[in-house]
Amino acid sequence: MTHVAFAIAFRTLKKSFTNLSFLLPSLMFPLIFFVGFAGALSRVDQVPGFDYAPGYETFQFAFVLLQSAAMAGVFTGFGIAQDFERGFARRLMIAAPRRSGIVIGYSLATMVRWLLNTSFVFALGLLMGMDVLGGPADLAALLALGLTVNVIGTLWAAGVALRLRSTQAGPIMQFPIFLLIFLAPVFVPLGLLTGWIRSVASVNPFTAFLEGARSLLAGSTETVAVAFGIAIPLALLFALWSFTGLRAAERG
Amino acid sequence: MSAIVAERLVRQFKAVRAVDGIDLEVADGEIYGFLGPNGAGKSTTVHMLTTLLPPTEGRAVVGGFDVLADGPKVRETIGAALQEAALDPFLTGRDHVRLQASLHGLSRDERKTRGDELLERVGLTQAADRKVRTYSGGMKRRLDLALALLHRPSILFLDEPTTGLDPQSRNALWVEVARLAKEDGVTVFLTTQYLEEADVLADRVGIIDRGRIVAEGTPSALKAEIGRPTVQITPREAGDRQRILDALDRFGLPVEGKPGCVAARLDHGYDLVDVVRALDAEGVPIDHLELDAPSLDDVFLAKTGHRLEGQGDEPGLEPEPAERVGA
Amino acid sequence: MTTLRQIAVLGRRAFMRSIRQPGQLAFALVFPLFFLFVIASGLDRASALPGFPADSYVDFMFAIPFVHGALFTALNSAIELGRDIDTGFLNRLALTPARGVAIMLGNLAGGVALVLIQFAIYFVGGTLLGADFHAGLLGIPVLFALAAMGALAIGAVSMMVALRTGSPEAVQGIFPLFFVALFLSSMNMPRNLIQTDWFRWIATLNPVSYLIEGLRSLVVVGWNLQALATGFAITSACVAVSLYFSAGAFRARLTRT
Repeated sequence: MTHVAFAIAFRTLKKSFTNLSFLLPSLMFPLIFFVGFAGALSRVDQVPGFDYAPGYETFQFAFVLLQSAAMAGVFTGFGIAQDFERGFARRLMIAAPRRSGIVIGYSLATMVRWLLNTSFVFALGLLMGMDVLGGPADLAALLALGLTVNVIGTLWAAGVALRLRSTQAGPIMQFPIFLLIFLAPVFVPLGLLTGWIRSVASVNPFTAFLEGARSLLAGSTETVAVAFGIAIPLALLFALWSFTGLRAAERG
Repeated sequence: MSAIVAERLVRQFKAVRAVDGIDLEVADGEIYGFLGPNGAGKSTTVHMLTTLLPPTEGRAVVGGFDVLADGPKVRETIGAALQEAALDPFLTGRDHVRLQASLHGLSRDERKTRGDELLERVGLTQAADRKVRTYSGGMKRRLDLALALLHRPSILFLDEPTTGLDPQSRNALWVEVARLAKEDGVTVFLTTQYLEEADVLADRVGIIDRGRIVAEGTPSALKAEIGRPTVQITPREAGDRQRILDALDRFGLPVEGKPGCVAARLDHGYDLVDVVRALDAEGVPIDHLELDAPSLDDVFLAKTGHRLEGQGDEPGLEPEPAERVGA
Repeated sequence: MTTLRQIAVLGRRAFMRSIRQPGQLAFALVFPLFFLFVIASGLDRASALPGFPADSYVDFMFAIPFVHGALFTALNSAIELGRDIDTGFLNRLALTPARGVAIMLGNLAGGVALVLIQFAIYFVGGTLLGADFHAGLLGIPVLFALAAMGALAIGAVSMMVALRTGSPEAVQGIFPLFFVALFLSSMNMPRNLIQTDWFRWIATLNPVSYLIEGLRSLVVVGWNLQALATGFAITSACVAVSLYFSAGAFRARLTRT
């Protein structure tokens, strides 16, 4: 299974890094969001009640980090669906002795790609004056949280792609993730949201991830346990979702 | 008057001379087959004659109008079904008819009448209100033909119209093309890489290779020019090969035949009956005997030194469509 | 057949082709409204910032779906043009009596017709969310006209890419550029309240800011003739320049005699 996973991961990464049309969008969108939100909205930290110590750039960085983690998984789902449409997935299914390695391979590739993108966004954030109050342990935990969200996104999208096996499934993969990402405290902390969006954000798991990430960047572990407490079971749940999707794909 | 005249027609694409000085003349009501392998220059010639590409040199007159000076008038006279079926997958067959008929200036009543008539003629009445993306390859080609005929052109250009079609669809298209020429008097300029298509349909054939016409004439005249039929005999016993060769000696020269066969090209004055009688007289048992008349492929081989069939995958002179149109 | 009639016929085809792709249409309708709902709700507190020009963030963001919708629909139209070139459909049109200008503008016209319908839906959506349209009834056609100019400008630029490359994928590939242009503007915050100097400077140079500000002025203020004039002038200049280059690309592409 390991060699299957590495073979799939290698192929996916090679395809990503040798095709600008794959590489650029996954890199550009987090950068655009970060620059667009942090650059334009930095004055929001002057809204009464906004008391995030590291500042607005860091506040937004947490969002972009997790948004790109989740969406990277969705891009992988598109790739899986495309592989099925073009018949390549059938080749993989025939060749792989342990097919679960296929899903693991896709996930590995997504994690590597996300790590690379994140390093660019992080570098840009530092250039823009982003303040990170967390230490190495906090940043390691932040990375672990990001990777867990990344895995959740990948396994969700993979499960959809394996069941539907068509690029028409794109919106089904993308839209729920998009909803979760944006129905959260993206621009201001949860406490400053009002109305229906506050109610929705309060029960949105992405809010817990955001708050956990922002805590870590601020050098605190206050909400981190909740974040991981939700992320890890979700990752396991979507692992089940994607592996049962694999069974569905095998059945045809 | 000739429907189509081309004089020293040339088309140069950067470093590639896709059409290298073509002269041809197609009479009114004639079916002219333009036969050649992939990349020979067929489609480029059609693009020039249909005004989609200006010639680099030379001159062409279609329907009495110069393709360079009177492009719009040429387009009023011609219909074309090009190599790509070029249909919008989200429009229905009837939508296509309506669109094309509108652009050709047909009145609303005419659009309906003519559209229904053509859809019926190509057997698409039932499918007319379905989106084209649900059509089979054959149906798309038939719709393409119907669209090309909407405005009653006197000259029809068909660029490899049966490529990719199943035998049934191909035959149906041949029947319609033949009918158009015979009953409606439409001049048809047909490009193809299929020998059989040119042989069956065309009144005259022009064979093109590497941008030049290497032979032109009726199919039978071209074949007769090349030679006589070849007889191919499969002996029952391999040891009888020499006996068969000896028996065939007086009928013509031995030639290379199919694997396991003894072959000879028959001289004038001899035919299959003579061969059978001779073999019978010798008492040589045979498994199989066939007579192969010269084909257009043989014509192509004689004129160019290589065969037409089996050249499908070789690179040709014509750039890809995207390179052909525009910069 | 007159050129206008030809444009109408070809525009009708472009329009029908778009509405027969419900997935694309749904995205162009839903995403801009969703973005409006989310951002307006998420940033509502920001309307309390000193100097914020609108009574609510909904009012401030009301015009943004018009720009998003214009972007998606105009880009999709150009992608379809790329597809027409790729599949040879452009040759089919070239063989008809349709004039070059009609073939070029017909596609754009279909996109604009669709986008006007979308605008009506955005207007209703924004109003239901509580936006207060200060320009009143007379301001609605002005809003639609200015936003349609934006759609034309984006459409013309995208059309130029389609004509030059003949590839729908290439047109799709320029979406990030427009996305960047949208974000590096006064889309989310008025220019005078943008703290980050380089961002404010880019937003000031960015023509998208003036389109947005012109549209926004109708909502937030009512009749700010300067903002409207600037919006129309800059957008018209973009349309003129991009149509000029598109025409050149079209002449190179359509080599018929």
